[in-house]
Amino acid sequence: MKPSLAVIAVTLLAATGVRAEGDAVSPEAVVFGERGNVEESLTGQPGNPEAGAEVMTTKASGNCIACHQVTALESAQFLGTVGPSLDGVADRWSEAELRGIVANAKMAFPDSMMPAFYKTTGFIRPGNAFTGKAPDGPLPPLLTGQQIEDVVAYLMTLRAQ
Amino acid sequence: MRRQLLGAIAMATVSGLSLAAAALAADEDPKLVVNGEIEMITRAPAPEHVPNFSEVTSGWLYRTEETQALQMDDFENPGMLNVEQAIADFNAPAGPEGQSCSTCHESPDVLRGVRATYPKWDEEHKEVQTVEMQVNECVTERMKAEPWDYDGARMVNMSALIASVSRGMPVNVAIDGPVAPTWEKGKELYYTRFGQLELSCANCHEDHYGDMIRADHLSQGQINGFPAYRLQNAGLVSVHNRFKGCVRDTRAETFAVGSPEFVAIELYLASRGNGLSVEGPSVRH
Ligand code: HEC
Ligand code: HEC
Repeated sequence: MKPSLAVIAVTLLAATGVRAEGDAVSPEAVVFGERGNVEESLTGQPGNPEAGAEVMTTKASGNCIACHQVTALESAQFLGTVGPSLDGVADRWSEAELRGIVANAKMAFPDSMMPAFYKTTGFIRPGNAFTGKAPDGPLPPLLTGQQIEDVVAYLMTLRAQ
Repeated sequence: MRRQLLGAIAMATVSGLSLAAAALAADEDPKLVVNGEIEMITRAPAPEHVPNFSEVTSGWLYRTEETQALQMDDFENPGMLNVEQAIADFNAPAGPEGQSCSTCHESPDVLRGVRATYPKWDEEHKEVQTVEMQVNECVTERMKAEPWDYDGARMVNMSALIASVSRGMPVNVAIDGPVAPTWEKGKELYYTRFGQLELSCANCHEDHYGDMIRADHLSQGQINGFPAYRLQNAGLVSVHNRFKGCVRDTRAETFAVGSPEFVAIELYLASRGNGLSVEGPSVRH
């Protein structure tokens, strides 16, 4: 069967991916190591931990606390209990491992419930954000490369005192 | 902070140990009795076809005491106003022959038991029918009137009336025979990880019921309480409408209300609640 023009167009778009301004590595080009680790920074820019904390606690953004508890973020209220507490997470994982977990947790934990924040293809019935409608074009990743670097920078501050 | 809390607990212990213990016990296993007479089964042994649960539990158990209380008294339950509207509709003539539901069904009470067995096979149409589909069959084929909107106020109200007369009866939906393929499809959909968040119904309602997802206390996602009056929508919500919301929340393209996919999920989910009481209209936050 010959692929239709539309299919080719979609495939091309998917291959190019949707890369935010400033992201050096597109979601499709991320290289995961054996433990799901990602050694290379997604942007080449250092992350900003304060911006990362903001991403983690903002509902319309990373919303990590929907599932995770973080003692230092308790002021955000209503921390979920679906995932483990992230206290001391930097003692358990390296920066490269944390980058990999946030980019696509399924590389480190197969079948994890945790969404992949830097992935744009391979979904079943993806929608246009929370509208319930089909997307009008290629999907952007849930977070930009820089937001992921910011989150990783914040996670790196979570050490047992 | 923690020290303060401990202090407060210690004080409470000294001042009213037995009271506190009694309150705690009541919280842990609350009983749902509506109007002081309809005793609901809110915990039941899991049916054989739900191997991952030992017990099935009503969504009512996961709500706050305030919300729970609203469902215990029909004067407090806002969904009962919808039921009253449906009673009027039940007797309202429509179609060329001026028939109403009551032409064939003397009163809503004679429909007791219906909700507990739906969705179920319809031999004439060779399809799995939901209560809504059955209502529309009566409206179009018997009364020869225009079909009601599957998710319109009229239909949701009527489905609340039909549920209300079965309250307390255990759900007992068949999964074998001609419905088996639909049930299998519903099961498959239940475990499919939809949307950009790649979440299945099971991720939230099987693997994590009892956990908090942000401010929400996750239940088993049972449907024995539907339609449900949702305080946050200030309205009665149909089962398929609830499904739509949950699928949307996975950043997925949802299925339509009344679609074969939602009918299949409804059959599968209803069967997962076999043994729990029909509770609709329930009250949820
Ligand atoms: C829908 C739920 C969910 C969301 C949202 C979520 N996570 Fe997770 N996360 C999990 C679960 C579950 C695990 C446990 C790993 C597994 O699946 O076995 C986990 C594991 C982790 C771990 C490893 C923790 C450890 O101690 O081993 C890190 C780090 C992490 N998540 C960070 C994040 C960050 C940062 C975000 C947001 C950008 C986020 N998570 C959003 C569910 C979630
Ligand atoms: C991201 C998490 C999540 C996913 C995935 C999810 N739900 Fe839900 N669901 C919720 C939350 C939160 C509520 C409200 C609290 C509760 O009752 O669990 C809810 C409530 C429900 C209820 C109402 C239960 C009651 O007693 O009021 C039903 C029914 C339901 N979900 C079915 C489904 C179905 C079917 C799917 C899959 C097609 C699904 N859910 C997927 C989070 C989810």
